[in-house]
Amino acid sequence: MDKFTDHFGLTAPLMRINIDTDAIIPSKRMRSVSKHGLGPSAFYNWRFHEENVENPEFVLNQAPYRDASILLSGKNFGCGSSREHAVWALKEFGIKTIIAPSFGTIFYKNCIRNGILPATLGEKELEQLAESVANSGDKHSMIDLEKKIISHGSLEFSFEIVETDQKTLLAGLDPITQTLLHAKSIDEFISQDRSSRKWAHLD
Amino acid sequence: MTSTLFDKIWQDHLVSELEGGESLLYIDRIFLHERTGSIAMQSLVDQGRGIKNPEHVFCTIDHIVDTTPGRTDMTLLPSGHEFIRSTRKLALDFGIQFFDINDPRQGIVHVVSPEQGIALPGCIIVCPDSHTCTLGGLGALGWGIGSTDAEHAIATSTLKSRKPKNMRITFSGVTAPGVTAKDMILHLIGEYQASGGQGYALEFAGEAVTNLSIESRLTLCNMAVEFSAFSAVIAPDEKTIEYVKGRPYAPAGKQWEQAVEHWQTLKSELDASFDAEIVIDASKIEPCVTWGTSPEHVIGINDTVPDPLREDNLEKRAAMQRALEYMDLKPGEQANKIHIDAAFIGSCTNSRLSNLQAAAEQLKGKRVAEHVKAICVPGSTQVKAAAEKEGLDKIFIDAGFEWREAGCSMCFYAGGETFGEKQRIITSTNRNFEGRQGPGNRSHLASAVMVAASAVEGHITAPKQSGENNG
Ligand code: SF4
Repeated sequence: MDKFTDHFGLTAPLMRINIDTDAIIPSKRMRSVSKHGLGPSAFYNWRFHEENVENPEFVLNQAPYRDASILLSGKNFGCGSSREHAVWALKEFGIKTIIAPSFGTIFYKNCIRNGILPATLGEKELEQLAESVANSGDKHSMIDLEKKIISHGSLEFSFEIVETDQKTLLAGLDPITQTLLHAKSIDEFISQDRSSRKWAHLD
Repeated sequence: MTSTLFDKIWQDHLVSELEGGESLLYIDRIFLHERTGSIAMQSLVDQGRGIKNPEHVFCTIDHIVDTTPGRTDMTLLPSGHEFIRSTRKLALDFGIQFFDINDPRQGIVHVVSPEQGIALPGCIIVCPDSHTCTLGGLGALGWGIGSTDAEHAIATSTLKSRKPKNMRITFSGVTAPGVTAKDMILHLIGEYQASGGQGYALEFAGEAVTNLSIESRLTLCNMAVEFSAFSAVIAPDEKTIEYVKGRPYAPAGKQWEQAVEHWQTLKSELDASFDAEIVIDASKIEPCVTWGTSPEHVIGINDTVPDPLREDNLEKRAAMQRALEYMDLKPGEQANKIHIDAAFIGSCTNSRLSNLQAAAEQLKGKRVAEHVKAICVPGSTQVKAAAEKEGLDKIFIDAGFEWREAGCSMCFYAGGETFGEKQRIITSTNRNFEGRQGPGNRSHLASAVMVAASAVEGHITAPKQSGENNG
């Protein structure tokens, strides 16, 4: 997995609450048994009125935000379906960081597993940040994951992220390889469990 | 001892505490389906990784598969058969337990899992599907994961997770006739918002919960994810044990006795402390229906569509306005006057035998309104067979419903079948998101009995009074 240390990029405010993973990647656009080729379908029903006809009102279709790599959003971003396609689509679309007051639980984990930063910021601060981005000519923000800081112009906020998740992103760790370091304790657990909870084992 | 039920199940599966507050948990069962499971298996193959224990990994075909009688691998979704065929091939190569299209055990993953005794009280079961929390109705701990975590679980029989906090939701008192588990969960989400359970494992308790049948408990837990909870559980009791007994993958003989002995300890201690508590007077709950595009947009059947201008929170107000526009509704419209184009009974929320029995009760001797397209999709091939044995299929068909093969069907739109552009659907499913059931579709979530009663009237209406609350 790619390491995430810091990031400088265009920031887009998409300040809606409860944005669900069906909206991030409509099921219809998940066409093959693959993690790839999903980027063009990110927010498909919002970005397009119909096949290839763009909706000019959608923020990510507007000139300064087209190449955004940082998304600001309302609470509970990524709620709903567990489809990891939502994260794969955003990643391929170029999104590196999502900043919201809270995230759908499964979506949040999927971000960490794919090297995308889901940063938590209080609603008030987020509003301030979104306003500042909207009102200034320069839409770039700087994210420092080590220090847990996002800055835009003269504004600077500390965001939150769980320490282990921060470490995972910084080091770009592969979760299965990490777990296999514990292979011995897993096997010990299983053999112990086979006798204490024999009823739960089918083999 | 101050453990909650959830703490006990967690503790039973704890392999080790990891640095930074994560736990490494043993996973009893992994269930896959063709939509997301195929990708997880393919990715493992690509990485050259194996499977830790094929006996504990199951796979069904439910999401994309056609539900019209006489179905094959081909689907209305152009590339759908590729998901089905690659899943079949991978499942056979991996040597996991596979329920193919024509297998009598096939069906929606969260319907099959309790039905076959795959999910058991006190077990942890995961699936790359968010409604795995359904299994809490049996006292199993289930939660939805992404494909990468599914790979992890298949390869290692474990998952890493931070322990969520405990929340108890007590439904005290007794529900009124015609008020179902679906109404209880919709009421909860309506009152406490779609993000109300974030960060928590829920325990549902109280008289109105213990009164529920196991199938209704599954309905109640099904929508814990719409409340943004990590998962939900209900303490197993005599009903649970009775339900599990004799199921194909359930323990038998001496192991059954050991299991029952263990399951009887699975309840929160009297002095267990919860990080949050909600108490709801179940007798006050009305039959509920959603008006908007979030599962928190809930009203009672006798209420009116709310006015966003009376909402102080500006973000919520904006979301309500968007929802009203999408749903083509106006504030003040009466819930029980909303005209419908279609009715759908199915999904992992409400497609079990007792749901179909209760819905059939509403339909007996009646006809669906002329302009309403109505479809019933049993949750599993086994449910379908049991329903047909009782003649329920005839009641549905005589009333003007289509009677289908088991699967997720029109619970979600994958690019195949839909009711048609902008159709207004009363639906027994769990998500009313924009476009969830098709382009521009307007979904009103409700119990299966309300769907049946509304199909007959042609507009949203309360179910006709019946003693049962299983729909
Ligand atoms: S029935 Fe609907 S909610 Fe349930 S698993 Fe299938 S698609 Fe998901």
